[in-house]
Amino acid sequence: MAVVKEREEVLEVVGQRLPRVDGWAKVMGRAQYVDDLSLPGMLFGKLARSTQAHARIREVRVQRALELPGVVAVITGKDLPIRYGVFPVGQDETALAVDKVRYVGEPVAAVAAVDPYTAEEAARLIEVDYEPLPARMSLEEALAHPEPRIHDYGPFGNVHRQASLEFGDVERGFAEADYVREDLFYYEGSTHAPMEPHSALAWWDPGAKKLTLWTSHQGPHYLHKGLAKALQLEEHQVRVIVPAVGGGFGGKLDIFHHEVCAAKLSMLTGRPVKITLTREEVFYAHRGRHPELLRIRTGVTQDGRITAMHVEAYLDGGAYCSFGPATLLYAGTQQPVSYRIPHYRFQGVRVFTNKPPCGPKRGHGTPQVRCALEVHLDKLAEDLGLDPVELRLRNLTGPNEITVNWLEITSNGLRECIEKVVEASGWSRRRGRLPYGRGIGFAASAYLTGAGGSIYFSDMPHSEVHLRVDRTGVVTVYTLATEIGQGSATAIATIVAEVLGLKPQDISLVTSDTDLTPIDLGSYSSRVTLMVGNAAYDAACRVRDLLLEAVAERLQIPRHRLICRNRRIYDEENPEVGASFAQAASWAEAKFGCLATSGSYRPPEKLGTYKGSGVGPSPTYTFSACVAEVRCDPETGEVKVERVWVAHDIGRALNPILAEGQVEGSVHMAVGEALLEEQAFRKHLHRGPSLLDYKIPTVHEMPEVITLFVNTEDPRAPFSAKEVGQGPLLCVVPAILNAIADALKIRVDEVPVTPEKILKALEERRKGRPARVGPTKVPSFSFPAPERVARPPQWELEAKPA
Amino acid sequence: MDQPVRLRVNGHEYRLLVPVHRTLLEVLREDLGLVGTKHGCELGECGVCTVLVDGRPMLSCLLLAVDAEGHEVTTIEGLSPVGELHPLQRAFAEIGALQCGYCTPAMILTAKALLEEVPAPTEEQIRDALSGVFCRCTGYLKIIEAVQAASRQLSAGAAASELR
Repeated sequence: MAVVKEREEVLEVVGQRLPRVDGWAKVMGRAQYVDDLSLPGMLFGKLARSTQAHARIREVRVQRALELPGVVAVITGKDLPIRYGVFPVGQDETALAVDKVRYVGEPVAAVAAVDPYTAEEAARLIEVDYEPLPARMSLEEALAHPEPRIHDYGPFGNVHRQASLEFGDVERGFAEADYVREDLFYYEGSTHAPMEPHSALAWWDPGAKKLTLWTSHQGPHYLHKGLAKALQLEEHQVRVIVPAVGGGFGGKLDIFHHEVCAAKLSMLTGRPVKITLTREEVFYAHRGRHPELLRIRTGVTQDGRITAMHVEAYLDGGAYCSFGPATLLYAGTQQPVSYRIPHYRFQGVRVFTNKPPCGPKRGHGTPQVRCALEVHLDKLAEDLGLDPVELRLRNLTGPNEITVNWLEITSNGLRECIEKVVEASGWSRRRGRLPYGRGIGFAASAYLTGAGGSIYFSDMPHSEVHLRVDRTGVVTVYTLATEIGQGSATAIATIVAEVLGLKPQDISLVTSDTDLTPIDLGSYSSRVTLMVGNAAYDAACRVRDLLLEAVAERLQIPRHRLICRNRRIYDEENPEVGASFAQAASWAEAKFGCLATSGSYRPPEKLGTYKGSGVGPSPTYTFSACVAEVRCDPETGEVKVERVWVAHDIGRALNPILAEGQVEGSVHMAVGEALLEEQAFRKHLHRGPSLLDYKIPTVHEMPEVITLFVNTEDPRAPFSAKEVGQGPLLCVVPAILNAIADALKIRVDEVPVTPEKILKALEERRKGRPARVGPTKVPSFSFPAPERVARPPQWELEAKPA
Repeated sequence: MDQPVRLRVNGHEYRLLVPVHRTLLEVLREDLGLVGTKHGCELGECGVCTVLVDGRPMLSCLLLAVDAEGHEVTTIEGLSPVGELHPLQRAFAEIGALQCGYCTPAMILTAKALLEEVPAPTEEQIRDALSGVFCRCTGYLKIIEAVQAASRQLSAGAAASELR
């Protein structure tokens, strides 16, 4: 619950370009990441991984490994047989494969040894006797061959989950259309590739019967629960601590094998055990972007108003559930948030394949369909003879409306975002008028600011904060919120500092320690600024009230005249009368005793009641628009993204430096997904599990970025601060693709757009065929009949003839 | 096979007995406790283990510790005197040229070598110099900006000391 501010104050730190609070430690090399930690007597762990994509395990022989001098313990699937998973409906993983392996790289055994070399050598000495099974390496293969099943659950064959929803009456909507267009698009999988490889250090205290795990993670709360289950411990016997994290992007959110194995090995040996993944292993840990095939059909009136839309999504989930049920549903949720779609059908299927599991990556489940949609709308505009921007403008959602799929939009600055990028990029005078080989493209997008539902059902808060102030004036905030580089520590410190009249660096933060800090669900779905921010705001206002009351009494000043600013609490009418913050704190401590307050946040109830309505709701949404400018070489097929304009409705930037950093980082990741990155496989093997072969953009590929923030008032967000970490990625990928189409008059309906694909499309044109490269069919698959969901009441009113 | 080696790191001499195959990265992090030097691949792909050897940026994961004998190694811990920040460190922190911070030591050391050689680099020269170090968070733009800011500050400092 956002606290309503008592009066309109001048903001002192919110909105200022201040250095991030963890910046000094990081520039000095003093920030401590998990692999920087060591404990006395520490052992080094290593996982032995499957060489088979799909096979039954006949036997795992560990004797030779055990006999190697320096090896202290070896474990196999028999030692960790309990299935776990981050989703209650997805308890399908074990820390080590029990009787079957489902992808190359899946862990089958783990060793602990006195040094890393010995551990590595021992892992190599583990012998596994496999009975190979046919491996399914694509969603088409997995659907075409229902047997043998990769898992023994799911509706049938290799189908993991399916969704089929209809809001309104899509057939009626298409009947009302003057024109209908259908397009197919393929979005290749990609991985997070954080610069820090995953690492976990476990220590089991046999006396206290307590496990402490230091881990590079972005969701310690869910991990805490998963570890307890996998290890068969009570939750209070597990303590998860997250030190500095070297990047996450969604890739450090699951319950990982090395975490469970390090813990088990420590329990068996009585010594601390550290497991740090190699770069190659990070590609197997994965949980990245789902490869996804999309079919979108849209009906429009002559003047370009959408009458109906039907989205079909085919997701290649890899070998396990991970966050898959949410990924699948997210694919359907965000289209109606950006555009008014009177009749909307979403059908999706997630299939199992014999590849590392896919999961949440920046934009979770939404970038694939957003890219397909924005490319599709560009083509639709061309068919109608409309400027692509104009087509979007005719269909925009506005503030304070409920979408056809029952999502509640509060603030909405999408129109202004579009106006800003169009203006700044010179869109109207440049689009379609640049020399051959150069082009600009446009796209818009929407994203949530925090998932409205938690992963497991609960009526408890999603974020909680404790705050203490002592007589020396020290302010300490305790929260499980996890700093992964996105700036959560700075955001929280900024909010508390603003309320108390301090500076962000005055605030001490104790974060990410499940024994010390109250619950936060994690750094995912762009939720921390809003949810932890609101909880911190609550806690700070409560302690401020105590401070004000104490100062009012001591100085005999009416409370309403007191103001917290510049590290003082003073009489607004008589500023020299007041107290330093520390003085005020000691007066308050004398009056009230120990000063400690708390704050909690729970998102608003969702509006939809249909099955699947738990995914998509958010306290508020952000909106982005992008124009990308590219230069393409028709001889080599090379594309250079030269400039990107991104306008983002952020509500208000708590710190513009950090907010710009999120936009620039999103552009980096979007350029990679649009042009370079593929988590792809050759036969059963990852095509290049290294940073040489898997190409993330270097500084040379990074375009100039012009970031334009749009401010909106949002009562649900602390100081109106909405998300900025994920939304700005979404529109950039399709804007680049639309720019390539503008530059070369070809369509590559598939990412990444490699030079080979561009040359192929150009070749098609030379042969007089449609200048397009991309999917031409969807697998044969019958979706279940859609669940018909009544539309929110105002849609029915609007639908009545005038 | 172990070999005695004398390493000069951040101005201090260390006498060690190390296996000949042990990399400078491993020795810095595991034997000397200088964990400010990071690792991202240990195969020479990502650049985040960069240290300065005789002032030049080198990948410590590809350099054997025994081969570093006789050379001056500088890590992020030795970049500036205790209690002070190098202008690059200040600029990176103030301009927001870091997020997770994992590539930051390598970026700063690489930029330092550049500025020693080219005090006022063009943007293209900065991009060339930094192209061997990956950053997954920032999109590099604020890093370029920070190197430019530090370059200006260092030149202003140099001009001021010439006047004195």
